[in-house]
Order: sequence, then structure tokens, then C-alpha cells
Amino acid sequence: MSSKPPIISIEGVTKRFGDHAAVDDVSLTINEGEFFALLGPSGCGKTTLLRMLAGFETPTEGTIRIDGKDTDGVPPNRRPVNMVFQSYAVFPHMSVADNVAYGLKIDGVAKAERDRRVEEALALVQLEGFGGRMPDQMSGGQRQRVALARALAKRPRVLLLDEPLSALDAKLREAMRFELASLQHKVGITFVMVTHDQDEALALATRCAVMERGRLIQLATPSDLYEFPNSRFVADFIGTVNMVEGTLKTDNPTEAIIATKELGDVYIDHAVLGNEGATLYLALRPEKISLFRRDGVVPPKLEDCPEGYNVVAGVIDHIAYLGSESVFKVILTNGRQMLVIRPNLTRWDQEDFVEEQPVWLSWHACAPAVLAG
Amino acid sequence: MSGENWRQERKTLLATLGPPLFWLTLFFLVPLAVVWAYSFGRNVGLTEIEISGTFANYAQAIQPLYLGIFFKSMLMAAACTVICLIAGFPVALAITFAPDKAKAWLLLAVMLPFWTNLLIRTYALIAVLRNEGYINLTLGWVWKQVGLVLNVPPFVPLEMLHNNPAVLFGLVYVHLPFMVLPLYAALDRLDRSLIEASLDLGAGHFRTMMLVVVPLALPGILSGVLITFIPALGAYLTPDLLGGPDSQMIANVIERQFKRANDWPFGAALSFLLLYLTFVMVAVQALIQRRRGAR
Ligand SMILES: Nc1ncnc2c1ncn2[C@@H]1O[C@H](COP(=O)(O)OP(=O)(O)OP(=O)(O)O)[C@@H](O)[C@H]1O
Ligand SMILES: [Mg+2]
Repeated sequence: MSSKPPIISIEGVTKRFGDHAAVDDVSLTINEGEFFALLGPSGCGKTTLLRMLAGFETPTEGTIRIDGKDTDGVPPNRRPVNMVFQSYAVFPHMSVADNVAYGLKIDGVAKAERDRRVEEALALVQLEGFGGRMPDQMSGGQRQRVALARALAKRPRVLLLDEPLSALDAKLREAMRFELASLQHKVGITFVMVTHDQDEALALATRCAVMERGRLIQLATPSDLYEFPNSRFVADFIGTVNMVEGTLKTDNPTEAIIATKELGDVYIDHAVLGNEGATLYLALRPEKISLFRRDGVVPPKLEDCPEGYNVVAGVIDHIAYLGSESVFKVILTNGRQMLVIRPNLTRWDQEDFVEEQPVWLSWHACAPAVLAG
Repeated sequence: MSGENWRQERKTLLATLGPPLFWLTLFFLVPLAVVWAYSFGRNVGLTEIEISGTFANYAQAIQPLYLGIFFKSMLMAAACTVICLIAGFPVALAITFAPDKAKAWLLLAVMLPFWTNLLIRTYALIAVLRNEGYINLTLGWVWKQVGLVLNVPPFVPLEMLHNNPAVLFGLVYVHLPFMVLPLYAALDRLDRSLIEASLDLGAGHFRTMMLVVVPLALPGILSGVLITFIPALGAYLTPDLLGGPDSQMIANVIERQFKRANDWPFGAALSFLLLYLTFVMVAVQALIQRRRGAR
């Protein structure tokens, strides 16, 4: 797999509008068959990067290679990529079948073959029998699938998707998410998807590029992004996190201690490889913290608290019941607020946690991600 | 509550619609009705007209002589419309895709002649086209320079005035904004991502234009055609000043009936024939639009 050359390679690409760099020195490669997600807050340059791949914008600096060929000066209609637009851009004056056939007609595909491929593409997005309809007789989700079928019918090397699900309601979005994933499996085409919805990116992508203000911050698998963020920005952007500032107190090959104002000394079971006294940040995910009742004053015994070592005291301030899980807002004795998430494993809370309940918070020594900046 | 609202709204409606309606009735509909009545009348004295309910004026109006002029006018207007469409479409397209800052200026440039008096514009055109006009002066100067090195016969000014091409040129010049503005309105409303989608699917600019832009701009094209054709059909000043003896259009004939021939009933009949024609065209356009909308 690694022997294959990447289908897309972006080398030092910058795009300036006036003196504002919408995309700032981005380099990355995308492999054949990947489901690649571009993730980032609004205005970070995701769409601009995608449009450069499609050929609607030209990089101010840098090179984009698709399938090994430099795309400089290659117009959109001569690139082996197709795009699904955020607004779908389904031609309103053509029937669904004509929409899907459009690219094939342009390519001069014979009528019989064309009809077959239109049928095939419509079946792929589960729109069999809708060919005769006009777009204004279709729902938003159906139109989105027409746009998808239209791009897929051309059998591109790469399919570019700009926030393909953003216009759909939550339920439909979730359903379409699975459909997109299985579709990509079926057709085996490389997908590059822009989204600002982190759930969507985590659920679908093989790899994710997180961007901020035009720059590429981290490129990793979804689980690495979540568990091993490389910066406070990524840790904060992906999921929720309790961020705590501290300084490195001791640093050994097998363990480290980080002194924090808010959590006291935090024990880490691996080396941090920093200078002692350096400012560090601990990113602690809410679901990695365990809660224990604190009815007495003694901390839970080590065997009760298998994650051991890191224990702080607090009081439950608020419980948000979300069905599959509950989010606990806990106020520590020093006033710091921590978020804790517990899955609702049983139909009623065995521990009987209520607001105002004093609790111990505990987490494993490898739970927090230690970040330099 | 809602009744109160409605009553209030009706008052506002009346207050805003009232004056223009009054104006329209007094100065447009009433005179129109008078002229319509004349078209069924006959001259009894030098200034007296008897409304006798006769169709004689219409019968006279559809004699070959006048039908021929009607036909000629329609041909002229159609040619003007086609040229305006061909010339106006790229202009409208260019304005649509111009940077936002330039757009307002370009639109102003299109509108500017529109705001100048027609008579002044027509005389300006005469100053350009006549035998001693700017085009001929320039050509004559070039000819003289050529004459310095080569042996050429003396310069004969081009006859560019008082013929049918001059009228057509004048009509196009006057009516181009009528075409550009509705086209621009239609093109500007077009979703850009549709154009990008077409390019993305492999179509070049020309095919994108023919398969996506033109079909979607069709309502705008249709209203541009109508808005250009109707006034061009009724053009009076342009054929009068730029045309020769054989380039009179229907409006010139009508004018003659009201003035020199002093045959108001016949002039009225001709006018209303023109008006009926316009009604039919507007109705056809509405029908087409309706059918597109229903789909
Ligand atoms: N044609 C343009 N002219 C000028 N500035 C532009 C243009 N297109 C984008 N920008 C700017 O570039 C930046 C990045 O825009 P882009 O559309 O790529 O953001 P995005 O990450 O897709 O955001 P969103 O999630 O809101 O869609 C923005 O600040 C935007 O204002
Ligand atoms: Mg975007």
C-alpha cells in the first residue's frame, strides 16, 4: 500500500486573497482509496483548499499534483476529480437522469452505455426510479444524492465533497453518514471531504487534516487526533476537554510529575521529554475521569480505584442527562470546574449521584495528553 | 385584531396606490379610450369625428400597402432585437462576472445613454454618420495619408445616412440597454455553483454556456427580447431622422395620419392594430413563462 504513489500531493501550497492568506503553506499527501477529511473552524481555508484541488482557484504558491501530474494551468474540466457542491448545484432545468448523464454526455459516452451508468449511479445512491423527476420535486437529502450520483457516474479518481451533509437535519445527516461510508467502500474512489463537523470527520475519515487560519495543524487518524492531539487547539477543537496548565516537576524515562495549581501534582506514567520547569498543558478528556462518592474524608482505597494515583476532591454542581451518557459538572475545592462523562450503563444510576454530592475524581496516569503549546 | 389589520392595510394600500392609479386613469386610460373610440369613427368635418361604429378604418389598415409597412417594421424590429441579443449577451455576461466594484460603473455606462434625450442621441449619431461626419472625416484623413505615398483616386464619402442600415444601426444603438439590463438581471441571479458544476463535470466554457447558462437565463432572454422588440416596433424618431424615403416604419405612417393627412380615425385604427400586436406578444410570453413555472 505504501508503495503506491499518493493520488494527491499538495506541496507548500499558499493561496492569498489580497494580502490575506486563506491557505498558508500547506503540505500533505492523500493516498489512493482514502477517505480524507479536511476539518477546521469556519473560515480556516478548507473550501479554498478543496477548490484548488478542483481547479476553481489557483495556488498563489506551491504545487498540487493529482495522480502524479502537476495541475498547474489544468482547467477544472480536465481534472480527474469531481466535486459535490455544498449547495448541491443540481441543474434545475434537467431531470434527475439528465443531471446524472450530464458529465457522461459531455464525455461522449454512447447512449446505451450512458443509460446503464446513470441507472448504476442512481442505484448506488438508492434513487432507482427517480430518474424522470425534476430536482424541485426532490427533498434536500434526495437532491444531495443526485449531486453525489452525478459526480460518481463520471467515475473520477477523486471525489471532492464540500460539507456534503451540512444542509440536512440531524437524523438524515446521521443516516447519510453511514451511506457515504458504505458508498466509498463500494466504489473504492478516493474521497476528500470538507467539514466543520468533527463527529462527521471522526466517523467517516481514514485520516483527518485539522486546519486553523489557513495552516495545517495536525494530520492524523481520527483516534490519534482525539487521543494524541499535538496542540491545545486540536485537543480543544476535537471533542471536549479539561485543559489544565502546569509546570514539569520531574521527568524520568518511565514517569513524570507535572505540578498544577488546580489539580495539584499530576502523575504521568511515561516520559514527557521536556525541560524541567517548562510550562505544559494537560488535556484530560471527560470520559477518562472516574467518579466516586466522597461520603467520608478518606480518598478511595487503591483497590477501589483501579486507575489510581491521580485523585482530587470536588462537589457535583450539575448533571446533564443525555440518554446514552451523563455529563457531570464538578467543582473542585479550589473552585476549578471539571467536566466528567459517565456512560449510562444501567437504566438507573447505581451510584445514585445527585447534585451537591461530594465526589472524588480519579484518572489513570496515562489518561491526560501532555501538550507543549 | 386581524380585521383591524386588514382595514389598516387597505387604507395604506389605497393611500399608496391611489395617486398613481388616478394619474394612470386620467392621463393614460382615458385618452387611450378616446383614441380607441376614434378608431371606430369617421371624419365628418375638418375637426369633427363621428363615432359610427364602423370597421372601415381597420379594413383600410389591413390593405397590402399598410400590411407591407407593418411587416417591414416587424422585420426591422426583429433584426434590431437579434443584433441587440447577440451584442448584449456578452456585455451582460461581462458585467455579471466583473469584480463587484467595477459592476456599478459598467451598469452606469450602459444606462448613461439611456438617460440622454433621444433626440440629442439621434443627432449625435447623425453627426457621426453623415457625409461630413466623424467617420468620414477620419476615413478621408487616412485616405489622404495613403494618397501621399500611393496614387489613389480622390476620396468619396461613404453614404451612411438616410437608408435602412442607418435606421437599423440607430435602433440597435437606442435599444441595446433594454436588452442588456434584463439579461444582466437574469445572469446575475444565476447560481455560480451551477456553472462550476458544469465545468467540473467536464464541459468547456462554450458548452457550459449553451447547456446551463442560456437555458437558465431563458426567462431573462425572453423578457429582454420583448422589451427590445416592442419599442423598436413602434420606433418613430429613429426612422424619421436616420431613414430615407423607403425606410419609414409604422409609427411614421401613424404620425402622418394624425398630422398631415388629418385622418384621426385611420391613425387610431393603425395605432390600435399595433397595440393589439403588442398584447398578443406579451400574452404569448406570459404563457411561455407560466408553462415553465408549472413544470
Ligand atoms: N474569493 C475570495 N475572495 C476573498 N477572500 C476569500 C475568497 N474565498 C475565501 N476567502 C477568504 O478566505 C478564508 C477561507 O475561506 P474558506 O471558504 O476556505 O473557509 P472555510 O474553511 O471553507 O470556512 P466555512 O467552514 O465557513 O465554509 C476566509 O477568510 C474567506 O473570507
Ligand atoms: Mg467552506
